[in-house]
Amino acid sequence: MLLNIKNLHVSINGKEIIKGLNFSVNKGEVHAIMGPNGTGKSTLAAAITGREGYEITKGDIIYKGQVINDWSPDKRANEGVFLSFQYPIEIPGVSMTNFMRTALNAKREYLGKTPISAKDFLRKMEEKKKMVQIQSKLTNRSVNEGFSGGEKKKNEIFQMAMLEPELAILDETDSGLDIDALRVVAGGVNQLKSDKNAFIVITHYQRLLDYIVPDFVHVMYDGRIVKSGDKKLALELEDKGYEWIKDQFDN
Amino acid sequence: MEKVKKRYPLEEKFIRHFTGHSDEISRHDLPKVSRMRREAMKDFQRSGFPHNKMERWRNTDLEGIYETDLEIFDREIPYEKQLSEIFLCEVHGFETRVLSVLNGSFYSPETEKLTVDENGVIVGSLARAMQEYPEFIERHYGEIMEQRDGFKSLNMALATDGVFIYVPDNVVVDETFQIINILNKPSLVINVRNLVILGKNAKLRLLHCDDSVNHHAGFINKVNEVFLDENAELELYKLQNLNDETALLNQTSIHQSANSRLKIDAISLNGGMIRNEIFDLMNGSGAWSDIRGLYLMDQEQHVDNQVNIYHNVPHCDSNQLFKGILDNEATAVFNGYIYVKRDAQQTNAFQRNANILLAKTARVDTMPHLEIYADDVQCSHGASVGQLDNEALFYMMQRGIPFADARMLLMYAFADAVIDEISIESLRINIEDMVKRRLRGDLSICDRCVLHCSNPDQPVIFDIDMSKI
Repeated sequence: MLLNIKNLHVSINGKEIIKGLNFSVNKGEVHAIMGPNGTGKSTLAAAITGREGYEITKGDIIYKGQVINDWSPDKRANEGVFLSFQYPIEIPGVSMTNFMRTALNAKREYLGKTPISAKDFLRKMEEKKKMVQIQSKLTNRSVNEGFSGGEKKKNEIFQMAMLEPELAILDETDSGLDIDALRVVAGGVNQLKSDKNAFIVITHYQRLLDYIVPDFVHVMYDGRIVKSGDKKLALELEDKGYEWIKDQFDN
Repeated sequence: MEKVKKRYPLEEKFIRHFTGHSDEISRHDLPKVSRMRREAMKDFQRSGFPHNKMERWRNTDLEGIYETDLEIFDREIPYEKQLSEIFLCEVHGFETRVLSVLNGSFYSPETEKLTVDENGVIVGSLARAMQEYPEFIERHYGEIMEQRDGFKSLNMALATDGVFIYVPDNVVVDETFQIINILNKPSLVINVRNLVILGKNAKLRLLHCDDSVNHHAGFINKVNEVFLDENAELELYKLQNLNDETALLNQTSIHQSANSRLKIDAISLNGGMIRNEIFDLMNGSGAWSDIRGLYLMDQEQHVDNQVNIYHNVPHCDSNQLFKGILDNEATAVFNGYIYVKRDAQQTNAFQRNANILLAKTARVDTMPHLEIYADDVQCSHGASVGQLDNEALFYMMQRGIPFADARMLLMYAFADAVIDEISIESLRINIEDMVKRRLRGDLSICDRCVLHCSNPDQPVIFDIDMSKI
């Protein structure tokens, strides 16, 4: 089992957002997590990636057999956890090239490998750029600075391709994307998908799931997974909306 | 009864020194300069040192220096060995013409005290220029920097030497000139003065370094006067890397004639107390200036940047960008003053100061001050004080970059807007490297001393043989 979350409780500033969540992911699987706004989907992503301020008050996140509750975000990342941000951050003054090379070498150092050569690095950049159809030279561009919404999301998938994670979480990667960009992003994910990694796709809409086909669909509500099924569940949600879930669990 | 202001012993010492050594101080003077000295000393006797009840000195307290027993030093130092044997400048890899100022006086072999090249570029000792080129002194000396406070008066009264540069009309100097100022004796106070004159269409790049070679206390009271004739262009890079015991007061006034261009990049890497005052006098239509600064302070260091832009005529553009990163108990002051005179229409004046505080105990006082008496102007100012962006830090760590490295990348990125403006590539790379090392905490003034002492607490001192002076 790649990821196993047991009875997870997460609080932000003392307010409990995730209230006893159980969830597991095996290699080779794609899981979709759906649900209305404010039910804890992004909080779950933050807890898995170790974001500051998200306090685990109970339960365990077990990744590759180890409890990672106390691991720093960079350690988790170097062990293969990747988050495609809902709102990618702009970092003026840090070039994409420098950023990616630093990230790649940090991982290599963590794994006890020597830094990547400039030549290999550039070759890899070119190869992965093609995959997500990034035309611009990233060399002189600061991380996400001045990128359009679509470019930012493509850039997330590009970074994912560069870092080759084992567990990738896509947090509303479809939001703000037009249909062409959506295809490109989904195409990138599908190329990266293998039996050695797994994806958690957080989304509101069925739309993305037409392109990234999930093995499992889960519905989150009020800090828990309240319903799981296969891809048909997503279609059902698309059809009925979230109200019937709310009605079912509020009572 | 009028309250009598208490005098600091150091003030008394200066006054006594002036009276007791007036012949010596004035030995190279033109009558004009001697007259200015006497006037300035009278002003100083009236004003004394600036104090923090004065608006412009409110957040910079020099009390500690006033109370220090410093030795006034204003003598010429006989040339014995190349300065490079005492001090190896960090900035290398490109050709510069080095002009050394040791303990306040121009330091070179006799034959290089004042040189004229085939284009008529005159470079050397200011004291020597007073004797050999009095016409420049008559015209510009003391005319560009106003006697605004006690330090400027003191400098006018007591400074005897420094660097003189004259670039004639239509001459573009290819070489970069580099002024290196160092103190190598304990507890000195020096008054030093530089005069730079660029003729019409002349161009010069000047790197001005203030460095320490040991850990001794010292106080440098420096005045730089710059005259830019029509269409002249000056790029001025200031690099300040002093020990924590040294106080540097660096006061620069620039007269800008029509269509002249001025670029200043002031990088303060280290120093116990650094105060940069810039007076940019835009006196000719079409003048342009871009003044940037970067300060990286920690421990109990203090840096103060006072930038004053005077738009005295129409159609001038000025831009100021100052950025700072402060750690521990470090403090910084930024005072950006823009004055737009009546009828100085079509003025563009922009100012920005951004700060990052790495610790709760660090402090910045930033004060924009705009006085605008014309109506067709575009002026803006902005100041910010913040912490490193936590969102960006998390983003980087999520990509596997450890906290310390992510923090460094962010700090460096913040500083980049200032460093990036350095047009001499090899200089930019050098300064980038120094900034990176400073941010890592690796840059110590001792690195730059050729002696590489094993024990930095007891650095070897090149003592000046006082018997020879």
